[in-house]
Amino acid sequence: MERLTSIGERLGGTVRYVSLTVLPHGAVARVAAIEGSGACIQRLMEMGVVPGASISIVRSAPLGDPLQICLRNYHLALRSVDAERIKVHW
Amino acid sequence: MMAVPQYSTSPGIITAAGNERSTQPLTVAIAGNPNAGKTSLFNALTGLRQKVANYPGVTVESKTGGWYLAHEVPPARVLDLPGLYSLDATSLDEQIARDVMLGKAIGVADPDVIVVAVDATNLVRNLYLATQLLETGRPIVVALTMIDLAERSKLEIDIDKLTEALGVAVVPVVAKQRRGLHALGKAVLDAASQGSVPEPRWHFSPDLEAQLALLSGNDNSRRYSVMRELLSDEQPQEIKRHRVLEVARKQLERIDPNWRQEPLIARYRWIESVVNEAVHFRGNGRPNTTERIDALVTHRIAGPLILLLVMLLVFQTIFSWANLPMNLIDHVFSALGDTVRSHLPPGTFTDLLVDGVIAGVGGVLVFLPQILLLFFFISILEDSGYMARAAFLMDRLMRGVGLNGKAFMPLLSSFACAVPGIMATRTIESPKDRVATIMIAPFMSCSARLPVYTLMIAACFSDRKFLGLISAGVVIILAMYLLGISVAVVVAWLLKATVLRAPAPPFVMELPPYRVPHFANVAHAMFERAGLFVKRAGTVILAISILLWALVAFPRRPGSSPSEQVQQSLAGQAGRAIEPLIAPLGFDWKIGIGLISSFAARETIVSTLSIVYNVGNDSKEQPASLIDALRNAKRPDGSPAWTPLIALSLMVFFVLACQCMSTLAVVRRETNSWRWPLFMVGYMLVLAYVGSLLTYQGGRLFGLS
Repeated sequence: MERLTSIGERLGGTVRYVSLTVLPHGAVARVAAIEGSGACIQRLMEMGVVPGASISIVRSAPLGDPLQICLRNYHLALRSVDAERIKVHW
Repeated sequence: MMAVPQYSTSPGIITAAGNERSTQPLTVAIAGNPNAGKTSLFNALTGLRQKVANYPGVTVESKTGGWYLAHEVPPARVLDLPGLYSLDATSLDEQIARDVMLGKAIGVADPDVIVVAVDATNLVRNLYLATQLLETGRPIVVALTMIDLAERSKLEIDIDKLTEALGVAVVPVVAKQRRGLHALGKAVLDAASQGSVPEPRWHFSPDLEAQLALLSGNDNSRRYSVMRELLSDEQPQEIKRHRVLEVARKQLERIDPNWRQEPLIARYRWIESVVNEAVHFRGNGRPNTTERIDALVTHRIAGPLILLLVMLLVFQTIFSWANLPMNLIDHVFSALGDTVRSHLPPGTFTDLLVDGVIAGVGGVLVFLPQILLLFFFISILEDSGYMARAAFLMDRLMRGVGLNGKAFMPLLSSFACAVPGIMATRTIESPKDRVATIMIAPFMSCSARLPVYTLMIAACFSDRKFLGLISAGVVIILAMYLLGISVAVVVAWLLKATVLRAPAPPFVMELPPYRVPHFANVAHAMFERAGLFVKRAGTVILAISILLWALVAFPRRPGSSPSEQVQQSLAGQAGRAIEPLIAPLGFDWKIGIGLISSFAARETIVSTLSIVYNVGNDSKEQPASLIDALRNAKRPDGSPAWTPLIALSLMVFFVLACQCMSTLAVVRRETNSWRWPLFMVGYMLVLAYVGSLLTYQGGRLFGLS
């Protein structure tokens, strides 16, 4: 898997990856990849944020952060900085 | 040599080998995701036969209990492990869980069987841990929990298909209704007697597989440990091994720079295929109950309002409703003391018994109503799932001051009393965040400071009005609360920046579905906490009570009045001795004696001052006579002993100093060392001294008195 920029297109392909945070609330997408490395990614992937998983943003907390996301069929709270690293097919 | 796996497809058949082995008590560990129902299961299996301790050297608690698996078998030792999402986790309690499961924890028995609690309503994620455990080759049984909730959510789970896919026993349980426990016991016995676990059914990329085979010498049982070595950043002992691993890593990286993610993805891919086969969702797409409640509870406006109401309820309960039983306990022990005193001859021993021991024990038990009530609420809030939502709402605010989102509850409770508040910090998973919260909890002006504030205000500030409208007293009390909070914020920030520095773990918090809390679990949690408090903290508090009694009771001279006795005692001599030290704060030796005695418990300064000023020993009410005595008290040089500035200085001292042995005892218990409580007393004393100094000298500079 290649490293991906925020909004970009795969070489020559028609698939676009965007950051999860770009999605409108309630829209369901599929995880494409997670940007970055280290403990943060590890934790996210262990929790099930793997390519192919269905994911959506439910809402944001009153102060804007963290975000409540729906991954497969359960809910997680995630900070925006971490949510940005999740790239989805959109 | 690969062992040929043998496993029975129907749990309950105990092999001949099993009967032989079952004379030794088994050690069983219960692992699983947080919120997967581990603790309910543990409670159901062990009942009241539980013991709570700390893992050596750390603040993580270990719970062990006895489980009667079957009639002819001695009870198994069950360990309730901290919840974990993966064996590769980095937080302290997850690491401990992993070490215990792999038999690497010092001082903890190697588990014979691991029961993995898998939440049926959340199969995919919960099975991740199970797949990792399967890779380790240890005997495993899957306990499928929350089956009743799964049924209600219209999830159909084919247990046989799951069993076949995983290759280990899958036992549905409903801990609340005690369903499936017997079958679980049999499955555990089976697993223990069989020992080995069949080869995992999923494969990684050919390159990774090749490397694993190479590094493990084709030994399948070493597969997991080799993988850990490969993925870990730690250096192995031998240099040669380190080089071999480095070579392998470089090779893998050349082929795929994200090779480290590959095992995770492969496992999840396999899990998804299994779950797709075995689980069918028969519901419609409409939002379920949890989502509907969440729409209200995490709403932009309604959410914080509801949270505020909940906080008020908890606070109100601890602050005032606990007073009734607390006063009751107070009266009972007073009466007991009086009865004992009237039946025994007067003398030192009687005094020790009544003023030292009985008063001391009463002083410990008086906390029980607050602790029981607070943990009643915390239990309900946690078990129902609301606590996660509250942390979700508060996180931004708390993170802004460097604290964990879950710190708001303990800190709020500390406004009533820091003792249960500090005990409540156990809901914070990150140890450093937890210690930081514990360190600043005493700054939340607790209810014991109020008698001191009111006395000072009544003596020196009565009838004064601020801006001609609001009474000075209200403004001052408010100012004291704000001072406490501000200092707490600064100290928390400082601690997190220096002593307690830790890389912020990625904030990934599960918002579990709402569940009705099970009363047995709530009651269990309440009484467990209360019991721990009495046993661990209680002994320390009692010891210090007696010590303090001795400081004031000796040396004796028969015939002295209470005031004379205090002055000639060790405490009194100490008060005179420190007078030069506290003079810059505006205090004289009489206040010094009060300060010394108040280090055990803040409110004792009121009774101590009453004695020193010869006003009688009634600490319950505030006799007008004490206030008069203070107003009229004069120093040797004729100047008033109590001025508004001195009163202010004393109040500031009380805001910032840690004058509560019960708090220290609880901090000792919760941090599992004496280092932190001593540090707490030390730095708070310094802060109190400086604060008082600034207040008094600063006031003098400005011409106030």
